[in-house]
Amino acid sequence: MKQSMGVRLWRWTIISFVALYLLVPLYAMFDFSTKPFGFADKGRTFRAWTMIASQPDLLAAISRSLITAAIVMALILFMIVPTAIWVHLKLPGLRRPFELLCLLPLAIPAIVIVVGIAPLYRWISINISESPITLAGVYSMLILPYTYRSLSAALDAVDIHTLAEAATTLGASISRVIFGIIMPTIKTGIVNGSFIAIALVLGEYTISNILNFKTFQVVIAQIGRQNGNVAVAVSLASLLFVIFLLLIIPTKKRQGAVLDVDVA
Amino acid sequence: MGTGSANGRTGSRYWRSKSAYLGVLPFLLFSGLFLLYPTWNVVSGAVQDNNGKFSTTVLSEVFNSPVARHAFANSLELSARTAIVGALLGGLFAWAIATGKPGGVFYKVSVALSSVLAQFGGVMLTFAFLATFGFNGLVSSLAVKFLPNTFLADSTWLYGMTGLSILYTFFQIPLMVLVFLPTLENLKPQWREASDALGGKAYEYWLRVGIPILTPSFVGGALLLFVNSFSAYATANTLINLSDFLTPLEIATALTSETGGSNPAEAKSLSMFMVIVVIIVMSLYALLRRKVSKWEQKR
Repeated sequence: MKQSMGVRLWRWTIISFVALYLLVPLYAMFDFSTKPFGFADKGRTFRAWTMIASQPDLLAAISRSLITAAIVMALILFMIVPTAIWVHLKLPGLRRPFELLCLLPLAIPAIVIVVGIAPLYRWISINISESPITLAGVYSMLILPYTYRSLSAALDAVDIHTLAEAATTLGASISRVIFGIIMPTIKTGIVNGSFIAIALVLGEYTISNILNFKTFQVVIAQIGRQNGNVAVAVSLASLLFVIFLLLIIPTKKRQGAVLDVDVA
Repeated sequence: MGTGSANGRTGSRYWRSKSAYLGVLPFLLFSGLFLLYPTWNVVSGAVQDNNGKFSTTVLSEVFNSPVARHAFANSLELSARTAIVGALLGGLFAWAIATGKPGGVFYKVSVALSSVLAQFGGVMLTFAFLATFGFNGLVSSLAVKFLPNTFLADSTWLYGMTGLSILYTFFQIPLMVLVFLPTLENLKPQWREASDALGGKAYEYWLRVGIPILTPSFVGGALLLFVNSFSAYATANTLINLSDFLTPLEIATALTSETGGSNPAEAKSLSMFMVIVVIIVMSLYALLRRKVSKWEQKR
């Protein structure tokens, strides 16, 4: 359909306004991170960017966050996905309660979860050890609604009952059915879920800050108090990294999963 | 929603047995520990004092405290503002995306960028806006040079309601794009053609067809944005140092306060009020979604 002059004018006004809103702060980050700081600098400098690598706290925090993300992904792969498949296959009566449980975190803000988990976390840290596992446990629950949405969409799209029956008839064990047959068929859903998991873990601040666990975001905030330029450079770098991740994950439906915030 | 194609009809009798329930046990234990226990802890803790005795004193204390009320009102105001502005701008932007070439570069870039920026809250967002409007920031240093008497030259406005609203709207717009774009794409061009063919004007199409169809999904999106900013903590925490400004900040202070000693019962009571608001809004959202999914076919 050909667009009238008025529509096009409106369209471009909206686009330029929103684009300015979203892009100017991002450009400002770049501008700020190349500003001279200290007495040695004259004019623009990339010193803040080169200093990223020499921040021991930061590198430790990045690896800590990545380990946490890996544990979250393992929990998704070996616990949440198999349970979702199991419920679909064997316990159709539990589907509704399972769905409700998975959507529960939507009603509970992260800050409230922290309030509830703080005593347990403190107890575990004192009596067992302070490890990313506890944090990963909380995160895997926080992202449950998103994981569930992309999983159940994928499970609904395939007739897993026929697959399971065929595999069992041919002699496959139940673990083979879940991990060898069904999981590969819903790969897209799992990849979607995992992508959201990584993005969320790397961007999480509320819980780790209050529980005093020095994750990526917490350390960026810390650096920001000492050296704004470096903190801004790190933030921009990590943003670019996430965009890069998004572009290299080669799934057609990826976009749909990130869109999948609707619940009902 | 969420009704599957296969509903466990074929061969389920063969599968079904009591021992099948053991399969969900690990997940149940895990979610019990990390999800149900914290939830229960907050709900039950809200009606206990700090010694674990049943009492509604803290709950009513919090309810009547002017500080808590002020923070709560601020939280509600901020969420309502950014939900409305975010929904309007995001909705319009989604419309601009939907009217472009489907699958074109602009479409792809906007959607990809939206899905990243919708998550771009917290520390990094604060830095981005400090680099823009903060002391020595990009816009403010330009303003000092060229518009020295405007509010842009003096960055104090950033550290209050106005600043927070502007920061929050930054992630609300892309979220609205993600939520609203699918509905816009479901508007069939045939409807417009039918309206045109019957002699309808553009405004008549929007008034009689477009807006009635889009309204439930638009309002639903706005409700989602409301919850999104109502629950947000990280951005506010890194931008302003006022512990009583918003309810999430107040909760964090009550929980971790290093000066006055922590007060978990207060944190739980405050949390309870937050959860009540979120549950009300999310139920409205669920009702609206049901209405939307009646006519919107699944993608």
